[in-house]
Amino acid sequence: MDALAGIVEQVQAARATKTALDIRGGGTKAFYGEPPDPQKPAAALDVTPLAGISSYEPSELVVTVRGGTRLAELEAALAEKGQCLPFEPPRFDDPANSGGPGGTVGGMVAAGLAGPARAALGGVRDYVLGATMLNGRAELLSFGGQVMKNVAGYDVSRVLAGSMGILGVICEVSLKVLPVAPATLTLRLEMDAAAAIRRVNEWGGQPLPLNASAWWAGTLVLRLAGAVAAVRAAAATMGGEVVEPAMAAAFWAGLRDHRDEFFVGALRAVDGGAALWRISVPATTPPLALSGEQLVEWGGAQRWLCTSAPAATLRNAAAAVGGHAVLFRGKDKSAGAFAPLAPPLAHIHRELKQAFDPDGVFNPGRLVPGL
Amino acid sequence: MNAPLPPNLAENAAERARRQAQAVAALSPLLPAHALLWQREDTVPYECDGLTAYRQMPLLVALPETEAQVAAVLQACHRLGVPVVARGAGTGLSGGALPHAMGVTLSLTKFNQIVHIDRAARTATVQCGVRNLAISEAAAPFGLYYAPDPSSQIACTIGGNVAENSGGVHCLKYGLTLHNVLRVRGLTVQGEPVCFGSEALDAPGLDLLPLIVGSEGMLAVILEVTVKLVPKPQLARCIMASFDDIRKAGDAVAAVIAAGIIPAGLEMMDKPMTAAVEDYVHAGYDLDAAAILLCESDGTPDEVAEEIDRLLDVLSGAGATRMEVSKDEAQRLKFWSGRKNAFPASGRISPDYMCMDSTIPRKRLADILLAIQGMEQKYGLKCCNVFHAGDGNLHPLILFDANDADQLHRCELFGADILETSVALGGTVTGEHGVGVEKLSSMCVQFSTEEREQMLAVKRAFDAGGGLNPGKVIPTLQRCAEYGRMHVKKGLLPFPELERF
Repeated sequence: MDALAGIVEQVQAARATKTALDIRGGGTKAFYGEPPDPQKPAAALDVTPLAGISSYEPSELVVTVRGGTRLAELEAALAEKGQCLPFEPPRFDDPANSGGPGGTVGGMVAAGLAGPARAALGGVRDYVLGATMLNGRAELLSFGGQVMKNVAGYDVSRVLAGSMGILGVICEVSLKVLPVAPATLTLRLEMDAAAAIRRVNEWGGQPLPLNASAWWAGTLVLRLAGAVAAVRAAAATMGGEVVEPAMAAAFWAGLRDHRDEFFVGALRAVDGGAALWRISVPATTPPLALSGEQLVEWGGAQRWLCTSAPAATLRNAAAAVGGHAVLFRGKDKSAGAFAPLAPPLAHIHRELKQAFDPDGVFNPGRLVPGL
Repeated sequence: MNAPLPPNLAENAAERARRQAQAVAALSPLLPAHALLWQREDTVPYECDGLTAYRQMPLLVALPETEAQVAAVLQACHRLGVPVVARGAGTGLSGGALPHAMGVTLSLTKFNQIVHIDRAARTATVQCGVRNLAISEAAAPFGLYYAPDPSSQIACTIGGNVAENSGGVHCLKYGLTLHNVLRVRGLTVQGEPVCFGSEALDAPGLDLLPLIVGSEGMLAVILEVTVKLVPKPQLARCIMASFDDIRKAGDAVAAVIAAGIIPAGLEMMDKPMTAAVEDYVHAGYDLDAAAILLCESDGTPDEVAEEIDRLLDVLSGAGATRMEVSKDEAQRLKFWSGRKNAFPASGRISPDYMCMDSTIPRKRLADILLAIQGMEQKYGLKCCNVFHAGDGNLHPLILFDANDADQLHRCELFGADILETSVALGGTVTGEHGVGVEKLSSMCVQFSTEEREQMLAVKRAFDAGGGLNPGKVIPTLQRCAEYGRMHVKKGLLPFPELERF
């Protein structure tokens, strides 16, 4: 297969010449992660030629896809069979090619970002069943598989989710998929942030088909998804105003893809020098007393904050409640995109990077400075 | 390196005595006197786990009572180069807690406290030695429970569940241990505190939880686990469906999923298994059926009624010859009683049985069953089959008499044949019981030399000296060379010319 052979050759050449490679799919998440290491200029490794759905059997709930396949193509194939990626990965635009083909499946796994249903249904790694990767020695390795239950050896395939490409090239991945819920319904309620976080967690403790939540500027929006009877019964007990289906679908898609009002405003503010932070905290954490515009997702576990406050203030506030803060978008990333690692973890990260990519070929510094 | 040292040679015995005295001297000041065992009569109970065919006496057994003691034991063992094998309840079925002849077995059963249940956040923070079922019992007053339910849940500990990434009969809908664990706190091989995951939904850096969960005690020692709790469904009902043909039953499983239904449980038993369990529990199983499916729906009463109707349609369309829906909780539990007692029921009809644990793509259920029927002839042994059909996880129980050396040998060949056939069908050698020592050779078939070397490199990243549970999970190059079977290429990327570099 020419596409893979070409990638293998580039990795071998990079290794031989001690140069770095910047693994690139759709280029839609180039803004995300640590800034490039100026000491290690990297050549682009384009993985989009490695494209296509290798196998898809709806009755197995498994799809196997090459890393360079466009996410849009995968989602269309699943939708045709009434199935979906339950973790709702965001679909960003490539700023250099607006309206282009969009992100790839490999990029989706490597970034590990999930959308509104994350708290209810799990994240990217929860749906990874197996992967074939190219490590820094240009060895093609398969871990995991295409079955739901598999404990043979270390679960390397799931570690690739959110790895930002530092361990190797994701050549192919097998994902668990789920049927689209038979019924969905969106409710809208007026309340403050503290009440919203409290109420969503109370509902979360009851057998209700609560699938997503978002609070911003005094409004809590909830999505119910499940069996027709379950959604109908839940809506009757939870109260609030039912949002018209087309408007609701547009709202959740906008939230997922960062195209809704909050994110459009945040992007404008980022252009003006502010930063967009993703603060990940235990869901029941009360509203964080931080300046700036805040949107609360995932039942309280994900807080988007558009602010000019200093990085240290946000990192300390997140750490104080057992969470961490990610500088998601900002012109100045000198404070680091991700929170620093505790010493034993930093050591394990260094050793793992060495184990997969001893010559430091892939995405230097993209996840952890220096690795 | 994988096989425990044979302690039968005189020089080994002398070396062992020397190392034992050294370890006792090093650990005695660190632990109360009753927490260190090395006399033969005290350590015999630790010579095996749930896989009793493999036995090995440990050098000594440490039963620390505080985290500081565990850290001190690890530090001392690291300094002396003594291997450490962590052990929970010892219910594992693959020999993961089999002692090391020159090592310390670190029993963590004293860590049996539920630290905190957070009702609002729906989480439980528990010490590693807390039993699986005890978590659900403690959460019950809040209408919550811990979803993964391995059949040993009354005895097995959460630390062991994390080590094995345990499953159960409800994984298809509720996930494995990995999907239900937020945070694992423990110690590195050097006895240094370390924390994986977070009470938030993610943590900075690589997501190392998938490595820790299922690592069989080889990457860190687990002390405390924070798990997710989920609301208890208001109602659960179970359909028992009979099929006159194995293939039809397998197709029915695929049809249920294809209809967009994810049942709470979807289990299959073949005819010999059904006969064995019916004789044991008298649940009223259809003894004429070639296969029986148990299919459970849970949720609100309306939701369950809706799903049961859809399931009955699909199952009758798939050719079910008889269907019965549980009328009440007592009858539902009766339907499940046979499935949950498959292992003891097999123990009644045979002196010994060996339980296999491979997983295959669901669509190959009938193929593997027919292949196993052929193997019964080939190896001259009977086999009963229970399956977590919803996720393709098989538990063939090979019946044999361990006192007959030839039967034991044929049983081992039969088991290896099932595992390797499963890999060839696109599956894996272990779905939920782990590799331990039992499936080391089969790992040579499932993974290439480079893949195994990459896993060994992962091990070294956490534990450079190989102090934690050495010799388990990843076979050495030498062992695979001696085993002499070829790696079965997995169909992920069909580029055979690039499979090896």
